[in-house]
This record gives sequence, structure tokens and C-alpha cells, in this order.
Amino acid sequence: MAEAFKFELVSPERLLVSEQVESVVIPGAEGEMTMMAQHAPVMTTIKPGVVTVKAAGGKEDRYVVFGGFADILPSGCTLLAESAVHVNDIDRADLARRIQDAREDAADAKDDVARSRAEQFLSQLTTLEGALLPA
Amino acid sequence: MASLKDLRNRIASVKATQKITKAMQMVAAAKLRRAQEAAEAARPYSERMGAVLANITQAIGGGGDAPALMTGTGRDDVHLLIVCTAERGLCGGFNSQIARLARDHIRRLLADGKQVKIICVGKKGFDILRRDYASLILERIDLREVKTLGFVNADAIARKVIHLFNEGGFDICTLFYSQFKSVISQIPTAQQIIPAAQASTAAATGNGATAVYEYEPEPGEILSDLIPRNIAVQIFRALLENAAGEMGAKMSAMDNATRNAGDMINRLSITYNRQRQAQITKELIEIISGAEAL
Repeated sequence: MAEAFKFELVSPERLLVSEQVESVVIPGAEGEMTMMAQHAPVMTTIKPGVVTVKAAGGKEDRYVVFGGFADILPSGCTLLAESAVHVNDIDRADLARRIQDAREDAADAKDDVARSRAEQFLSQLTTLEGALLPA
Repeated sequence: MASLKDLRNRIASVKATQKITKAMQMVAAAKLRRAQEAAEAARPYSERMGAVLANITQAIGGGGDAPALMTGTGRDDVHLLIVCTAERGLCGGFNSQIARLARDHIRRLLADGKQVKIICVGKKGFDILRRDYASLILERIDLREVKTLGFVNADAIARKVIHLFNEGGFDICTLFYSQFKSVISQIPTAQQIIPAAQASTAAATGNGATAVYEYEPEPGEILSDLIPRNIAVQIFRALLENAAGEMGAKMSAMDNATRNAGDMINRLSITYNRQRQAQITKELIEIISGAEAL
């Protein structure tokens, strides 16, 4: 069995997870990455996506996050999510509303930089929706 | 002297008031617990955020690529004050304490010839500040419809503030709220959020500061994403502390009111009984002196 490390998932409202885990898959801004114990220190932004947490006991949990940061140290990992929910508790109407908002943002964007950023965010959200639907 | 009937009515009305204040106290106590829990649950996030921010600031080392939100505009001519108060009254000196702190601050800034802009969060602060500084108030943010305070509420405020900053609307932003110390003590606080105070750097030297991080994407880019979020977190924390403080203040104010009503009922009952006895005595005397006259 792989070495365990401390993983914490916090959203502004509360601390969602704080436990010993084997591995965590996080949707980094520049690609997904799997974290295991003794990972080199990395700090990354995360995009909307699914975080898969494999607990030390072998149990797997999935959380949906909407952007945030990950602070990774050899001794542990802290994920600061802007908003996070367990995959079973995801509210589809809420997700649809976020997508709608993002779409409006993209339409209202004043310059190209803002538009491309909004569109990127929108595409991340729709990908997320696609990934969740069959689940 | 009030008649017996008047006294009876008086006592009944004070009793009704006492019931109301008692109920409000109990509601406030229940809400306080929830607000306190929310404030405590939000604490880890802002703590971690502070640590991350401190780390990354150190990595950048105050170099040229730090965003303007952090370093400021280099001037301090225009001040933006975000005054967070409660939406409702009946909570003792809670709102007026925050407003007084803000007003003192405004007066000092105006005396120094600075320009002041105000954003009011919550109705009560708006009502108080409107009397003297109506022309300075940019906006009033209403959270009355909000049942449970979410991060989205704070985020919306932060977004407005950042937007204003990017347009060059102000140089320095200060947040006014009440820090929740305990149920009976809330401390009105002024906290500068833009440019971000450098105080957090000192805290970094604790655990992770020695580690050399890899950044993905570049530190500057992370920072420019992190700082606005940090502002939202600060505002969120202020709102939560305020919510807890409001309930604490309301609870003790209502407790006082209930006790006052109790005292009043006691006093009124004594007067009522005394007067009733006086009347009985008077009637007796009349009957007896009538009988003696025969």
C-alpha cells in the first residue's frame, strides 16, 4: 500500500475533507495531476473539475470544485476551492446556472482578453457538465 | 393618578412586550449559534489563504510583477470605505458603534483633504451615514433577502470593489466591520484590504516558507488570481463576524429589555395592588361611617 499523506479540502464556507489519503487527482490549470506522498512542493491554480480522493483505507470519493488553488508540500496538500461539493450532492440546476452566467459573461466581454478568458471558463464548465452527466 | 383599569391595561401591554423581547432573545440565541458555527467553519480557509499568500509574496519578493491590488497605486488621495453593518436594528449599540468608527475615520480623511467614497453593506449603517455623508455614498448593498450568508455574496461585493479599483476609482480601501470577541463584546474594526497589508509576510516564516515551490502557472499569474480572491475572503470573513456579532448584540439587548419589562411589571403590580387596597379601605370606611351615623 502506498504511503499516506494529509489532504485537506477547504471551501470558504467550511472544511470539507481533512484526512490521510493515498492519492489525490486534482484538475490543475495546466492539466490534471495525481498527487501522492512526497510530492515536490508545487503551487497551482485549479480549474473547474472533479477532484478524486483515494483515502488511506482505499475508499474513493469525488468532489466537484469550481476553481481555486492547490498548495502542495511533501508532507501534505491543501486545496483551497472557491466552491466545492461532494459529487453526490451536486445540484444540476446550480451548475446550469453557472454555465448560463459564464455564457453571459462571454457575451458581455469588452475586450479580447476578457472574452477568451470567459470562453475558456465556459468550456471548462461544459466539459465538467459532460463529465458529470452519466454519473 | 391612573385608574385601576388603566393600570391593568398597562400591565397587560408590558407583559406582551416582554413576551416579544423574550422570543426575540431566544431567536437571536439560536441564530447566534449558527452564525458562530459558520464563522468558525470559514476560519480554516482564510488561515490557509493567508499562509499561501505569504509564501507566494515571498517568492515574488515584492518584484515588479506584483499586481497593483497588492502594491497599491502609490497614492492615497481617494479612499473607499466599505461599511458593513446589520440589516436590522434592535441590537443595542452594534450598528452605531461601527458607524461611529467609520464617521470618525471619514472626518479625519476629509480634514486631511482626501476624497472619500463609501459603500454601505447593510441598511442600518446606510441610514446612519446618510445623514451626514449622503453625497459620498456610492452604493448600498442589500443583503436582507439573503437567508444564509454565502461566499457568493462576498464575492459579488469584492468584484464590484475590484472593478472600481481597476477603473482608478480609489487608491486605498478600508473595510469596517465588527469583530466578534464574545456574545457581550464586539469590537468595531477598520481593516485595510487594498493595497493588501504586508503584515501577512511575517506569518509565512513558520512552516512552508523554507520549501522551494514550483509554480504552475507563473507566480505572478497565480498572485493576480489569488489577490482578488483574498479580498473576497476578507469581506466574507467580515460579513460572518458581523452576523455573529449582530446576533450576540441582539441577544444581550433583548435580554436587557426582557429584564426591564419584568422590573416594570413588578412596579406596576405594586402600584395596582396598593391602589386596589386603598379603594377597598375607602369603601369600608364609607360603609362603617354610614352605619355609625344611624
